[in-house]
Amino acid sequence: MTDTNDNQDPSRRDFLYITTAVFGATGAASVAWPLIDQLNPSASVSALSSIEADISSIPEGGSMKVAWRGKPIFIRRRTKEEIELAEREDSLNLPHPEKDLDRVINKEWLVVVGVCTHLGCVPIADSGDFGGWFCPCHGSHYDISGRIRKGPAPTNLEIPPYEFVSENIIKIG
Amino acid sequence: MNIFRNIFKNNMFIFLVLIFGFSVTANSAEGTTFKNLKPGFSFEGPFGKFDKESLKRGYQVYSEVCSSCHGLKQLSFRNLSQPGGPEFSIERVKEIASGYSITDGFDEYGEPLERSMLPSDRFPRPYGSKEEAKGANNGAYPPDLSLIVKARADGYNYLYSLLKGYEEEIPEDLDIGDLSYNPWYPGGAIAMYQPLYDESVEYEDGTLATIDQMSYDVANFLTWAAEPTMEERKRLGFIVMGFLIIFVILMYLSVSRLFRDVH
Amino acid sequence: MNHDYQYTPKNGFSKWLDKRLPLMRFADENLLSFPTPKNLNYFYTFGFILTMCLVTQIITGIVLAMHYVPNTSLAFDSIEHIMRDVNYGWLIRYMHSNGASMFFLAVFIHMFRGLYYGSYKEPREIIWILGVVIFLLMIITGFMGYVLPWGQMSFWGATVITNLVATIPVIGEPVLTLLLGGYSVDNPTLNRFFSLHYLLPFVIFGVVILHIWALHVTGNNNPTGIEVKDDKDTISFHPYYTVKDLFAYVVFLLMFCYFIFYNPNILGHPDNYIEADPMLTPAHIVPEWYLLPFYAILRAVPDKLMGVLLMFGSIVVLFFLPWLDTMKVKSARYRPLYKIFFLFFVIFCLLLGYLGAKPPEGIYLLLSRVSTIYYFAFFLVIMPILSRIEKPSPMPIGISNPAINNTSDSDGGVSGTPSYAMDSK
Repeated sequence: MTDTNDNQDPSRRDFLYITTAVFGATGAASVAWPLIDQLNPSASVSALSSIEADISSIPEGGSMKVAWRGKPIFIRRRTKEEIELAEREDSLNLPHPEKDLDRVINKEWLVVVGVCTHLGCVPIADSGDFGGWFCPCHGSHYDISGRIRKGPAPTNLEIPPYEFVSENIIKIG
Repeated sequence: MNIFRNIFKNNMFIFLVLIFGFSVTANSAEGTTFKNLKPGFSFEGPFGKFDKESLKRGYQVYSEVCSSCHGLKQLSFRNLSQPGGPEFSIERVKEIASGYSITDGFDEYGEPLERSMLPSDRFPRPYGSKEEAKGANNGAYPPDLSLIVKARADGYNYLYSLLKGYEEEIPEDLDIGDLSYNPWYPGGAIAMYQPLYDESVEYEDGTLATIDQMSYDVANFLTWAAEPTMEERKRLGFIVMGFLIIFVILMYLSVSRLFRDVH
Repeated sequence: MNHDYQYTPKNGFSKWLDKRLPLMRFADENLLSFPTPKNLNYFYTFGFILTMCLVTQIITGIVLAMHYVPNTSLAFDSIEHIMRDVNYGWLIRYMHSNGASMFFLAVFIHMFRGLYYGSYKEPREIIWILGVVIFLLMIITGFMGYVLPWGQMSFWGATVITNLVATIPVIGEPVLTLLLGGYSVDNPTLNRFFSLHYLLPFVIFGVVILHIWALHVTGNNNPTGIEVKDDKDTISFHPYYTVKDLFAYVVFLLMFCYFIFYNPNILGHPDNYIEADPMLTPAHIVPEWYLLPFYAILRAVPDKLMGVLLMFGSIVVLFFLPWLDTMKVKSARYRPLYKIFFLFFVIFCLLLGYLGAKPPEGIYLLLSRVSTIYYFAFFLVIMPILSRIEKPSPMPIGISNPAINNTSDSDGGVSGTPSYAMDSK
């Protein structure tokens, strides 16, 4: 009485079962997406993913720190000497060779993410052996172009995406 | 349809199904004594969408009339441009936001810094505190409107009825003191003066700003404000329900086939 | 399905595993080849549906806890943050809030089914008792969860319900203070409710495992209430009941999804979209719909302490069910009198649910009292009396044998040694 053998056309039975199973699996899999996507930045976080900074008040040789996506951004208005030094040192044997010109939009303004590429500490401005930044955590030295010169950090300070909206406004992100 | 016949054959089924219906109606049986007007909104029903132009006008009425007393604290300016809402252009939203200012952070002397608002900022609040709000309104607190439509039974129809429902003639047996008379408000005596009069605002799109039109637009706008994800919800719901209906048919066929040989 | 059937590992790895951790054997014996009465109807799918409800609540709950802030000044806004800004936050939150209602709907049907078919009777007393424990835990969890959004109903519901504790003589007040972590519902209360609301579902999960374990010792009851006698009465759990349960679940999902996508707030109360205000009580305080019958019992009694005792008693009495109804015949199908009283019981339960949302005055109060009396009389008076006097209608000999049992010894098919189908393994 509990004979389970299907004496009908077996291929039709298989087709029905397989279709149903595939359907069910697809449904179950798509439920996963909202559960994963909710981990992504929410709309309120994304809304802050680009900021505008007013740089008009920074004197030559001065710098400012702004927060972007929860990280500090260093904006430095470099002096003529600093720019010359940075360009001169392009030819040295750098740990992570990059030309100064490739790291700026306007030579006068250096914009870098102020997070040490070693383990994520925030380097201190105007210190270290190369006139740029020095990371107190493990002793990485960066020059005035934000390039790594000495210490454990593997790469130069990251350049965030930015543009000059006007002469005095930088839009980061 | 063996399965369904089997279900209905069972005489306890009907009673069990009733549990739910019963409790649901019991729960939502309250309401105002006055029956709400139902102008009919485009967002009603399973495929309802917001009327964008009405939302834009509703925002205009809110910002020019309501916002002087009522906040909209759950909303940010950026919401005005997101899909499923009034969908103002991003430039327009920046322009709207920059019309307000906010104190944010401190300068190097510790003085609070003032800047103009950005799309990511919340709507400004009309009062600094609840006490200030009460003080400015004869002791009545103008509620925040972000969720007002969800916080009232039959919210949008109630709101529409209330806004256009002010009446000059007060019933003789009602003593309303300094308050206004509005039969749609529970008890009839409402602290809010009639907020809308014909042409209280001049609509940017040239629509004639009658009390009826403005009430309708504001009800529309505040329904969206209470749940900006409504269109997304109904859109996804359509896909999910469609999927489930097909799946349920497949499952039904599978079950019938499987149990055909079980006697 | 053959009772001599044994799980045999097929390849090298499963042989190796079977000697060390017989996971596959366990799954096979309990999920795949588990012999199940072949005549289970759709009321028997609610066990699976409830498991899915629990899993859904736990998963969505874990997600919500990633975004929710259990602090009185932030809780309400954090829910709105979830609704507005978190990706699919509205979906997950509506799944969770409506999921609670679905969970209770399913558990009520599951319990009424047990009552109708006598599933609490020997040898399934422990299954029933564990089920009542789960139900009790669900109520506590649901109540605490409702406090978390920190709306007006959350706050005032919590205030009213925790104040029930204060009715206990002498120790009431200090226990209430202990419970609240203060003298009124406030931040400490919200924090501990959040902590417990997160914990209890896992406790429920544990008890569910015991519930199923106990079920797999005795085997399922079935609509005839006649115990399984041999292999002819059973089919394997998989694929028959896995597929049937799944089908029922998809039907259930259709209803669930209707609420999530098209009417997500109908089961809640508008006042809970107003942030909690300790200085302003709403006009009517009503609990969530699934607690309304108990709320009606509470308010039906003029004495405060008695009301509280009866409300808790209405659940406690369920623990004693297996010993209140001693009738050997299990299923109401063959109990013409019990069937009628059962139908009235369902009606009065529904009525209590309806009355819980009405003000306790006039006709409503009267009806609440009548219903409350019937509720208790059903268990404490009707069941014991029926057990003695009711003459069951003719029953078939077995699940697979529709011939009428003429011996009519009214032992409900448990003649002689109890034939727990599984013990032959």
